[in-house]
Order: sequence, then C-alpha cells, then structure tokens
Amino acid sequence: MSLLGENVWLNGLVIVIGTAVLVLVGAFFGMLYRGVDRKLVARMQGRVGPPIAQPFRDVQKLLMKENIIPSGATPWLFNAAPFLALISTGSLLLFIPLFGQPALLGRYGDVILVLYLLIIPSLAFVLGGFASSSPYATVGAQREMIIMMSYEAPLAVVVLGIAWRIGHVTDAANPFLMSTIAQYPIWSLLGPVGVIGALLMLLTLVVVTVGEAAKVPFDVAEAETEIAGGLLVEYSGRNLSLFYLSDVIKAFAMVSLLVALFIPYNLSPALGITAAPAAGIVDALFFLVKVLVVMFFSISLIRAGMARFKISQATSVYLMAMTAAALVGMFLVWVDARIWV
Amino acid sequence: MNLKAFNRALWVYHLNTGSCNGCDIEILAVLTPRYDVERFGIMLVGSPRHADVLLVTGPVARSMEDSVRRVYAQTPDPKLVMVIGNCGIEGDVFHEAYSLVGPIDQIIPVDVYVPGCPPRPEAIIHGVVMAWAKLERLVKKEVV
Repeated sequence: MSLLGENVWLNGLVIVIGTAVLVLVGAFFGMLYRGVDRKLVARMQGRVGPPIAQPFRDVQKLLMKENIIPSGATPWLFNAAPFLALISTGSLLLFIPLFGQPALLGRYGDVILVLYLLIIPSLAFVLGGFASSSPYATVGAQREMIIMMSYEAPLAVVVLGIAWRIGHVTDAANPFLMSTIAQYPIWSLLGPVGVIGALLMLLTLVVVTVGEAAKVPFDVAEAETEIAGGLLVEYSGRNLSLFYLSDVIKAFAMVSLLVALFIPYNLSPALGITAAPAAGIVDALFFLVKVLVVMFFSISLIRAGMARFKISQATSVYLMAMTAAALVGMFLVWVDARIWV
Repeated sequence: MNLKAFNRALWVYHLNTGSCNGCDIEILAVLTPRYDVERFGIMLVGSPRHADVLLVTGPVARSMEDSVRRVYAQTPDPKLVMVIGNCGIEGDVFHEAYSLVGPIDQIIPVDVYVPGCPPRPEAIIHGVVMAWAKLERLVKKEVV
C-alpha cells in the first residue's frame, strides 16, 4: 500500500487515525474471539459456557471498579505498565496484515520488527509485576521473563526459515516484508520434502502462539490457581481492564501473524470477484474464518485438552522440543532447495 | 452504573476462614459442568484485587481475623460479601469453641447469607441471585 508518499502531514494523519481505529478494531475482534474461545472450551468440557459477549461485559465491569494502587508499589510504574502493554500490542497490529489487506505500515517494518514488538507487551507485564511489590507478582514476572526467552528462539527460526526460502527462490529485495510473504505463499515454493519441513515449522508456530497468548498449558506466569494470578495479582479496575485488553489483542495479533506467514491466501481471486468493495468484504470474512480456525486449533483445543506445565517443563518444551522441530523443519526446507532448485 | 454488565460478570474470590472444607467443595461443585455458573459470567479468581464477590466460608478462627479484614479491604469497590454455610452465619457445631471470633458479620459487613451444612449448589446459585436483587435495590436507592 503506497501511503500517500509525498505529503508528510497527510501521512501523519493517516497513521494517527489509522492506529486509533486499528486498536479499536483489534480490541473488538480480540474480545469477540475470546468470547468464542470461552464458549468453545465450555462446550468441549460439557458445559453451556458464558455468552459470546462475556468479555465485553468483563471489561465494562472492570471499568466500573475501584482502581487500587497497593501501598508498597511504585505508583508511576504500576500505572504506566498497563498503558505500555496496550499501546505496544496496538502498534503490533500496524505491521501485521489484517482482513486480507496489506499491513497499514507494512512498508516501514517487516517480520523482524514484529518479532521485536512482540517482546514489549511481555516486558510491560513484567514491569507491572515487579512494580506491584507482591511476592506472587514477582514470581510471575520472573516466570514471564523466562518463558519469553524460551519461545523467542523457535519463533525466530520459523521466521528465518520462511524468509530464507522466499529469498532463495524469488528475487524479492526484502523477503522479510509481509507483502513479499503474502505475494509468494510458502507452500507454492516447496517440493514434498520442503512441505514436511514447513509443516514442522507451522507446528512450532502454533505452540509458540499458545505461549505468546499466555494460555494453558503455558500460562505459568498468570497461573491463578497456583500463584494467585501471578503478574496481575495486585491489579484491579481500570489497570486490570487495560491488561485484559492487551492480552486479548495480543492473542488476536499472534494468530493473525500465523495466518500472514502460513495462510496468506485470499478468497476473492479464486471466486473471480474483482470489484473493490465486494472483494474486500469477501477477503475480510475469509480472514475472520482463517483466524477462527487457527485459534480453534492453537488456543481452544490445546487449552481444553491439557493441564498447566511447570515452568521448567514449559521452557524445555520451547528450548528443546520446539527449537529442534523448527531447526529440523528449516533443514528439510534447505534440503528441498538443494533437490528442487 | 450499568448494572447488567456488573451483574453478569461477577468474579468471585473464595476465602476460607477455618471451614471444614464441606462448603468449599460445594462451591467447587457450582463451577463444575453440572451446575456451570460460568454461563452467568461468574468466574473464580485467584486474587481479591480481581474480585467483585467474596465467598466466605467457616467460623472465623482467631488467627484468621486479621486476614479476613485485610482481604475485605483489598477488594476494590463496589463489592459484595456472601457467607456460605451455617458456620459463618452462627458458628454451627463450633459455636462454643474458645478459638473462634466469628460469626463473620461481626468482622466484616455481609450482604447475603446462604445457610446449610453444607448448602446445596442450588442454594449457592440462589444466593448469587439474591445478591443481584440486592444490587438492584441499592442502585434504585442510589446508594451505589
């Protein structure tokens, strides 16, 4: 998307308004998907489950509650952390393609930037945890840091593997750009061996998504049955609702990233729809379906079927098993390149 | 105050002040697939800071008195307190014990009493409905 190239002011305006709109849209769909997720998990456990609008009610209720700052906390940091978390997850949405459209600021940042931006919300959670001075929050913050360090490696290997293969086959200037990845879907570049490798990398990314979204079995940092809510133990009212929103948006962004990397297809070319509004609507709906499917397998199904890992098990899953799977996947993609190209 | 959103998203914190665990097991039964209170938006949370309702069980043992007061103070307003079981209401079989400072309403203000030893899950759900009704009355009188 060429963002009005020359006029700096107009550009700035688009970025500011676009960011605000994206955060609102991301929050809306994030909460909607959280409601769907809770309903699906309840059904899988033989329960009726809360209505799909439940997360909206939760946030509305949290905004009505008192906002307590504990006496032992560092007030400015304690209050700043929720805003930092929400703003950084919002800025994540600027660089990830949503609704079948290119990312709003896709020209200015690529997947590597997204990898770095993904760290900031976790850091904000950690800061908030340490600032709240509760021993439970401190334990949660330490766990969050450890698990963050463990899923970075497999995530980076997956992104590198895809971008390397695209750069190897095509003459794209920057294979890390989201638009390049969308232009050359990874599956169309690979032979049979490479497809197995890409499937392994997809599996890795699915498991990393669970950790990024801090869901069972990787919710060790928030574990409410074990360390009483961990990082968020001292948060209430408005601050808690901001963390809730950033958590919801981050899950949506992470699933969108998986969709952008592995299923960047649009439905409108296949159906032969070319008129701009119709094609946009079809692509947006198709995107929502893709996110729903990925969310079902990566978050709901795993959440309903598993118990929580211990922190040592969670890190070894990421650092050993998932890094190994991603590396084997990358190796197979490389072997595939030797055979077929 | 939008009462519907508040009523339909009650997060509860479970505080045991020295109960025999009977009431506590019934509270857990309310969350199981058979009774599933999550369908009303009720969720068990791990921290009083997140809670809207304190579910208090047990006659208050002397060593718990300070903790009960602190947990009540740590819960953000607006909040409700539900006492589950006879022990918290009037001491029940422990009413003569030397180590008790209860019942609970002598220590913190209580909104809903759910009697029973232990109360059935249906009674606990009925107690939540009473809490909704009380909130509605308070809002009509514009107390909250």
